[in-house]
Amino acid sequence: MLLIHCPHCREAREEEEYSYRGEAHIVRPLAPESLSDEEWGDYLFFRSNPKGIHHEMWYHAVGCRRYFNVTRDTLTYEILESYLIGQQPAVTGATS
Amino acid sequence: MKKYSAFSLLKNALSYHENWQKVWRNPTPKSDYDVIVVGGGGHGLATAYYLAKVHGLTNIAVIEKGYLGGGNTARNTTIIRSNYLWDEAAQLYELSLKLWEGLSQELNYNVMFSQRGVLNLGHTLQDMRDIERRVNANRLNGIDGEVVSPQRVKEIAPLINISADSRYPILGASFQPRGGTARHDAVAWGYARGADALGVDLIQQTEVTGIRRQDGAVVGVETTKGFIGARKVACVTAGNSSVVAAMAGLRLPVESRPLQALVSEPVKPCLDTVVMSNAVHGYISQSDKGDLVIGAGVDSYNGYGQRGSFHIVEHTVQAICELFPAFSRVRMNRQWGGIVDTCPDACPIISKTSVDGLYFNCGWGTGGFKATPGSGYVFADTVANDRPHPLAAAFTLDRFNSGALIDEHGAAGVAH
Repeated sequence: MLLIHCPHCREAREEEEYSYRGEAHIVRPLAPESLSDEEWGDYLFFRSNPKGIHHEMWYHAVGCRRYFNVTRDTLTYEILESYLIGQQPAVTGATS
Repeated sequence: MKKYSAFSLLKNALSYHENWQKVWRNPTPKSDYDVIVVGGGGHGLATAYYLAKVHGLTNIAVIEKGYLGGGNTARNTTIIRSNYLWDEAAQLYELSLKLWEGLSQELNYNVMFSQRGVLNLGHTLQDMRDIERRVNANRLNGIDGEVVSPQRVKEIAPLINISADSRYPILGASFQPRGGTARHDAVAWGYARGADALGVDLIQQTEVTGIRRQDGAVVGVETTKGFIGARKVACVTAGNSSVVAAMAGLRLPVESRPLQALVSEPVKPCLDTVVMSNAVHGYISQSDKGDLVIGAGVDSYNGYGQRGSFHIVEHTVQAICELFPAFSRVRMNRQWGGIVDTCPDACPIISKTSVDGLYFNCGWGTGGFKATPGSGYVFADTVANDRPHPLAAAFTLDRFNSGALIDEHGAAGVAH
């Protein structure tokens, strides 16, 4: 059971309060119609899926109902930080 | 390879079973191979077997970081069926089911394939509509299946609770009589023994750490035992596919997540079929040893930790107790997780890549075990001929650019 700190509520709560929203820092293309099929497919479906440090979005579904980012190790499941959308992570690692 | 038979059993009994031939060799890697299969699980070993058997290649190695069949092959719930909705997926899984039906004879190895039937329960009106649609689609594809009433469900699995007073009453089910289970370890061991006898080198305790390329083509793999050259590299590393792809500078449309299962203490025979429920979310069968084998849902977030969230197991056990009130008194023995590559459309990737001579077979998500023979068969053909096997043509990486996804989230068995 993960204990996730919500930076909006400023409290660590159990993972069942949240829902996972996938890899963070994927920017929606500003002009989708100008992209090739490869670029659009890459944006929609292809992910880095690292074993190790991962930046991901979570949604506090039964709390404040707001999004935020988490840096988590996908091998040990250790949560290294929570930070607001728009901020950059303090912890970055070589992704493998 | 010496053939297993009643005669060989008798002969070896006379020498107290001390002179059985080793099941496979333990070779030191050569410096160069025609094809290297990365990953010695069921799918990888099946790929190597069919490359040797059907395509006549013998200079093949399977490189496995741990031991053969020690990953997801050893961690699944052994359910086999082919009742998928869409033509592409149904035909791929049906090829697999047909191969299962002759597999023990083909390999001269008892994979304990048991066609005990698979029930997929419906608990809502919409479930039943989906079941009708899927069974009709299956029958058009020549796959057995029928829609059955709650009373028939009760006849097939007498311990099940079909009371209308349940929280989610059973309104019916689809039943595929040709579905069932097999012994998961035996499948890997049978293919390993068969491949070894055809000259394939099975190299265990050796991890691939890099994929060496030259002018956009594969030239070999870096391993913990040094560089090994290869003209073709076929990656079948479920769970770690993205990690291996990254070695060649590629990204895949998969996310790795833990999928859990648990088994009970052994009990007397009480369930001679497979029962799955999408809506209350659990699936159960009884092994020949007597354990109740229970499968759970997949975690919602990425993880490589081979363990899952506790609340997922809790939810699964609630579902099983709802379906089978008698099982509420059964004690659970072990629980574990395996890392599955989940694809956006719940269908696998069997594909060439942008690197010449590099192939991937991954993304089987929560249901790869049932596909082991078919997956190996079409992937071997794809690798040998450097073009997709007709049944694998719809499962290339290109579908994520063209948008021709094959949405099997419904028939994949459990919601995820």
